Amino acid sequence: MTTVLERSPTGDASDVGRRLVSLRSVSKTFPNGTVALSRLDLDVRAGEFLSLIGPSGCGKSTALRMLAGLTEPSSGEIAWHGTRPEIGFVFQEPTLMPWASVFNNVWLPLRLRGVGKVEARTRIDEALAMVGLSAFAKSYPRELSGGMKMRVSIARALVLRPPLLLMDEPFAALDEITRFKLNNDLIRLAAELGTTVVFVTHSVYESVYLSTRIVVMAARPGRAVAEIGVDAPLERTEDFRSTPVYTETCRRASRALHEAMTDEDQL
Amino acid sequence: MSALDPADPAIEPPAGFAVQPSRGMRRLWPQKVVEILLPALIFILALVAWEVVVRLRGIPPYILPAPSLIGATLVKDWPILSGSLIVTLWTTVEALLIAVAGSLGLALVFAQSKWIERSFFPFAVVMQVTPVVAIAPLLLIYLDSRTAVLVCAFLVAFFPILSNTALGLASADHNLIELMELYRAPKWRQILLLRLPAALPFFLGGLRIGGGLALIGAIVAEIAAGSAGQGSGLAFRIVEAGFRLNIPRMFAALTLISLTGILIYVAFAMLSYALLYRWHDSARSRGV
Ligand SMILES: Nc1ncnc2c1ncn2[C@@H]1O[C@H](COP(=O)(O)OP(=O)(O)O)[C@@H](O)[C@H]1O
Ligand SMILES: [Mg+2]
Repeated sequence: MTTVLERSPTGDASDVGRRLVSLRSVSKTFPNGTVALSRLDLDVRAGEFLSLIGPSGCGKSTALRMLAGLTEPSSGEIAWHGTRPEIGFVFQEPTLMPWASVFNNVWLPLRLRGVGKVEARTRIDEALAMVGLSAFAKSYPRELSGGMKMRVSIARALVLRPPLLLMDEPFAALDEITRFKLNNDLIRLAAELGTTVVFVTHSVYESVYLSTRIVVMAARPGRAVAEIGVDAPLERTEDFRSTPVYTETCRRASRALHEAMTDEDQL
Repeated sequence: MSALDPADPAIEPPAGFAVQPSRGMRRLWPQKVVEILLPALIFILALVAWEVVVRLRGIPPYILPAPSLIGATLVKDWPILSGSLIVTLWTTVEALLIAVAGSLGLALVFAQSKWIERSFFPFAVVMQVTPVVAIAPLLLIYLDSRTAVLVCAFLVAFFPILSNTALGLASADHNLIELMELYRAPKWRQILLLRLPAALPFFLGGLRIGGGLALIGAIVAEIAAGSAGQGSGLAFRIVEAGFRLNIPRMFAALTLISLTGILIYVAFAMLSYALLYRWHDSARSRGV
């Protein structure tokens, strides 16, 4: 294992800012008895791009949903350092309203904040421009490709300019070319907007390419087993994939993930 | 068909002349025409066969009237029949409106809590499974005949709309519901922005079934009422004409009932299409 996660993580290259939110010894047991998380400690720091990787069923989604306030921990605590900021959430599926145009889909968060359609126009146009879909404002989701739908989903999550963006395996269902493209767009957007991102993926390569820090989780019970800093600035291009830092970090992350899964086999 | 078949290479324009749009038209046109013309042709052929059989065999009109006679009767008796048509149509529409309002309201109440739904659903089921013919005589004792007919039509239309709408309200995308929770949207907004639009295709499906059933309910109740000498809807005309052995008029009234049913069906199919064509799979042909 590379870096065993301590109770209070020591500052290293990945410590890019103040702590935004901390999960402290958080456990989650579902009513049916499944222990999704067991005593998970996790800090999210402002400005970082944090990836959670681990075998399926290790509680990645559960941890993310807790950060979003969509599910409560059975024990432990979620501590926001300061008031809880606006949060954007992107699901594995684009999760668009099929009956609404792209424009109206992106309008939804603003609408729920009481912003009328006319007032919202510039912000919606901006969000669509960010993901390169300005020309598709009037289209309906079913007229778009999978990658475009995911872009709309990202535009919707970003339209309120949330300081924190949570993404649950958002590109898992996309083909590799589309995924690489969206990876680059995501890095650019996160940097432009100064958004902190917590990103769940099952791809080691994706996590290394995108993140400043990677937390490896293991299942049964769900817990964090390793933490890996990615020692490279967030301005990344395809060239990053051929740097020694990238290959070395991928190797470390793969080994950590492999160990996390071997643990499981021994159970 | 084969002579006009656009796929036939013999009539394919030479390569240099093939312009995209006109090619598309050539491919679409005959298909559309065939789709509409073929059923119409078969229907007309059936009517002609009917006419021919009646004439050749000299079947008397009081046993089986020819289509031409039914048409003539329709024109001759139009003053009587049109009044009845309006009565039946209006009853159906009224019953359907009440059923829509009631089932939509109840479905929304059901959506509030599983327990409410569990407690009240049995009533809806009992209403549904009890044949309306069996309830009609009882209702005719309690209510005046017009109201009784209306209630019968309402009863049969209510359940399919209710159950479909309840299903639709419950079928909203779970992730979208979570998204609404993330933005802390109040429940009424969740219903308005999410559950109602998600339920629309289901509701329209229920409406199509309910529309046809409301007509049947009205007819059944009118027949029950008609035999007691009340009412003036199309079914009453059938019963009345039956007593007088006026078979052509029975057929004429029957034709009007069928046409009313078709009208209701087509109206709702068009409504469905208008509301869903941009986003719902049910309203789109594949590959277009
Ligand atoms: N609502 C739920 N009820 C019961 N068990 C659940 C529920 N949600 C998730 N689980 C279980 O909790 C565990 C962790 O799930 P999840 O967080 O979705 O894992 P991951 O996203 O890492 O694949 C899994 O074993 C899953 O089956
Ligand atoms: Mg998951």
